[in-house]
Amino acid sequence: MTTVSKTVELNMGPQHPSTHGVLRVVLELDGERVVKATPVIGYLHTGIEKTMESKLYYKALPATDRMDYLSPMSNNLGFCLAVEKLMDIEIPEKVKWVRVCLAELTRIKSHLAWVGTHALDLGAMSMLLYAFRERESIIDVYEACSGQRMMSSYIRIGGLAQELPEDFDKLVRKVIKQVAQGIKDYEDLLTNNEIFINRTKNVAVISAADALDYSLSGPMLRGSGVNYDVRKANPYSGYEYFDFEIPLGKNGDAYDRYLIRLEEMRQSLRIIQQTIDGMPEGPYRAHLPGIVLPPKEDVLYKMESMIFHFKIITEGFKAPCGGVYQAIEAPKGELGFYIQGDGTNKPNRVRVRPPSFINLASLPKLVEGRLFSDVVCAIGSIDIVLGEVDR
Amino acid sequence: MGLEEKIPDSIILTTLDKMVNWARKRSMWPFGFGLACCAIEMISTFAAHFDLARYGMEVMRPSPRQADLMIVAGRVSMKMAPVVRTLYEQMPNPKWVISMGACASCGGVFNNYAILQGVDRIIPVDIYVPGCPPRPEQLMDGILKLQQKVEKESLKDKREEWGRSA
Repeated sequence: MTTVSKTVELNMGPQHPSTHGVLRVVLELDGERVVKATPVIGYLHTGIEKTMESKLYYKALPATDRMDYLSPMSNNLGFCLAVEKLMDIEIPEKVKWVRVCLAELTRIKSHLAWVGTHALDLGAMSMLLYAFRERESIIDVYEACSGQRMMSSYIRIGGLAQELPEDFDKLVRKVIKQVAQGIKDYEDLLTNNEIFINRTKNVAVISAADALDYSLSGPMLRGSGVNYDVRKANPYSGYEYFDFEIPLGKNGDAYDRYLIRLEEMRQSLRIIQQTIDGMPEGPYRAHLPGIVLPPKEDVLYKMESMIFHFKIITEGFKAPCGGVYQAIEAPKGELGFYIQGDGTNKPNRVRVRPPSFINLASLPKLVEGRLFSDVVCAIGSIDIVLGEVDR
Repeated sequence: MGLEEKIPDSIILTTLDKMVNWARKRSMWPFGFGLACCAIEMISTFAAHFDLARYGMEVMRPSPRQADLMIVAGRVSMKMAPVVRTLYEQMPNPKWVISMGACASCGGVFNNYAILQGVDRIIPVDIYVPGCPPRPEQLMDGILKLQQKVEKESLKDKREEWGRSA
């Protein structure tokens, strides 16, 4: 006599359109119910940490862009802050403000891509088109600053890559205007939309205690009502100067996370407004010969600047022995960089605490016992980027 | 199509070529599948503002069996390489491949143990689009170049090519 298994094993991914990249989930199904969900990762493993260990400190920076490719400036910021902590570099005031402005623009950019793709997964095709329309205005700022649309590497160790463009102020004000209107449009389309509410309310629920146990961060944690945001808990790069609120959810479901992300975009707009209204004057790079590149104009006309430029480009700088950990609030949660210097010009160890990887670990908890169609909603609401999960 | 196997190499074949290529060129269905960063620029190309629908290529198919153009958007890891190859084999003939970005074309900045140094090691590539990631205009240029290439193809060449691969 043969025994017949009651459950069916279903393979979702790695090229499923709603797994946001190359995530693979092996699902054990009993009819429409999910009995067990096992995420299989590694389809985009790039060896970024190892690559960074083989490069000079400032040459490792472009690799961070390609981790969470929806929010490159946040990754740049996290890495630069960690190296600056290791090297004990003091940053000019203006640079801090510009960095906060760019990091918040990045948060909006990431959340816009999220709201577009998440709504697309749940059947609202037009949301993607609207969200990417607003996203283009932020990409214009990126492009004006660095010349690149996505992989900007604009935030550098000790400052910025170059002086801000002349029309920076104008471009950012345009973003504020356009995104504020955009958020209103999304609210009209989704917040009271019956289909959207049915697909997201009480779906992918996680309690505050479980969220803490899984070490979640970002909107995933705050959706369950835990008030933790690195920007408030451990302010970095001058976040203590700015006035903003941390939105919190109650139920810990996908709908709450959606509301939180929309509110976060509004709060980011508030911060950006404050940064461009009160932008201080000053240099765009710290003056630290031998560690930070001298301004390009000086390199062409001053002997010492040229020598330092040559030395930094060829040899880099030597970092002291010891390890530092620096966390920032990336759009997806707490992004941490652990860097260990060993007295040479290359890091001995670089370890990243990727928010999406740790948030993704809660996927089985979110979907087990739920319906199969909720898996798509759960994956979307975690907001994963596989580049960061696999690195 | 099957028909071309019975037609001799003559004016009939070249006329048929023109007609078939005209149709193929203007209704190419890309396979909606992204790997990494370039996938975001690919979405930008399809979304508002750049709007690839102007070139008759906006119908993204989530299944390889309904698609005839594969845009390899992003770095291909060693673990993903067999999957990409399987997906390519699942696409019905005729099929074309665009390798989008530096990573897919040659490994890009990641010359290490994890990344396949160019997707052309596992599947034949028609058009390489440079950039990290390429701008949407660059991808469009690649697609237009592919259209020009399709225009010059002959059923006769395809017949021989498929004869070998099948």
